[in-house]
Amino acid sequence: MASRLPAALRSALIAAAVLGLFAVLGSLLVGFSYQATAERIQQNEREILLAQLNAILPENEYDNDLLQDTLDISAPQALGTEHTRVYLARHDGKPVAMILSPVIAQGYSGDIALTLGIRNDGSLAGARVLNHKETPGLGDKIEVERSSWILGFTGRRLGDPPESRWKVKRDGGAFDQFTGATITPRGVMRAIRQALLWYRDRGHRLLETETMEEAHHD
Amino acid sequence: MTEVDYRKITLDGLWHNNQALVALLGLCPLMAVTNSTINGLTLGLATTAVLLLSNLSVSTIRHWVRAEIRLPVFVLLIASFVTATELVMNAWFHELYKILGIFVPLIVTNCTIIGRAEAFASRNPVPAAITDALAMGLGFTAVLTLLGALRELIGQGTLLSGAHLLFGEAARAWEFSAGNDFQGLLLAILPPGAFIGLGLLVALKNMIDKGVDMRAHRAEPSHCRTPPVISHS
Repeated sequence: MASRLPAALRSALIAAAVLGLFAVLGSLLVGFSYQATAERIQQNEREILLAQLNAILPENEYDNDLLQDTLDISAPQALGTEHTRVYLARHDGKPVAMILSPVIAQGYSGDIALTLGIRNDGSLAGARVLNHKETPGLGDKIEVERSSWILGFTGRRLGDPPESRWKVKRDGGAFDQFTGATITPRGVMRAIRQALLWYRDRGHRLLETETMEEAHHD
Repeated sequence: MTEVDYRKITLDGLWHNNQALVALLGLCPLMAVTNSTINGLTLGLATTAVLLLSNLSVSTIRHWVRAEIRLPVFVLLIASFVTATELVMNAWFHELYKILGIFVPLIVTNCTIIGRAEAFASRNPVPAAITDALAMGLGFTAVLTLLGALRELIGQGTLLSGAHLLFGEAARAWEFSAGNDFQGLLLAILPPGAFIGLGLLVALKNMIDKGVDMRAHRAEPSHCRTPPVISHS
């Protein structure tokens, strides 16, 4: 009888050891894959981000490192979210534009996250949708891949169209809506208008922010 | 040990025991990502890759791992392979990875993978396990791709949109479009479209099987292997 317990114990220990061995092997596999891909994944994410920003503000209009020259701000009233990142674009050290991401619009089925570029003259450099939950086939025409609607805002500013016409057509304004969806374009339009107002009243001061490097020298 | 019947393994995987159409396994990703051909194809290939790695390793270690800890070991292996696949996709097919999102890590919950590990790979030699993985994986991929193609064509009027994400820039020209005037049937792209589409595919497979059975029956009346055909009015 005395030998039975050790035998059972031995069997359990072997099972545990085998399981442990496979846990180590599995972790090693994941670890190596991570090592092999981490740099490339980071590079991908930077490229995607930069491509998104360049779609709004062409590369040749600025010469600083857009991904480094950033500020994190909180303007929940105007931009719809607690955390917005501001990318400051400069040319020869002079501010030319800022890109805000995300700016949250209220859609038909939840938040629509936008990236907006605003030039230093207060005009919209461009707008793109980052993500949304709008109805496929109806509200998703705000995506630039599905329709050119969002490009209609490029170059607009407060006063162009006039204040009273910053509405969708159904509300007597200047901006198109889509067949079957009015709430989505209305929400996006309002968010853009809000952001332009915010820029006029407060946001433009951020352009005067020194670059990170210069700030360190102080 | 009996001779391995590769022909049977292959036919089972691709048709008779097709994981999506017959076993009805892995339906969650199947429903969720088949809104375009390329999405379906990509997730199918990723699943096949994991299935291949999993069957290969499970079959290799089948004599060393005792029964009590078999399942935890399989789960560990599968989870590691899925994570590795996820990282590789994130690195080399970044945009597709973004589109498929949560459904890449969710391959780990695809019952096909643990099912094949347990039911086949842990009882068969390595070459048979690899054949099984390829057949099952490609059978699953074929259904995902077909369903994706149907939904994309009906819902959006395109085929192979986004092919360049998987095959490189040269594949951009492969996209077929029915033109910008094509309105599309929205239902096909929405989740109910996946259920209806899969239902139709299952029905189609059953119809084909029944047709084949009936023909065999007629050709060989004395051979009464098949159950009586259910009459339909």
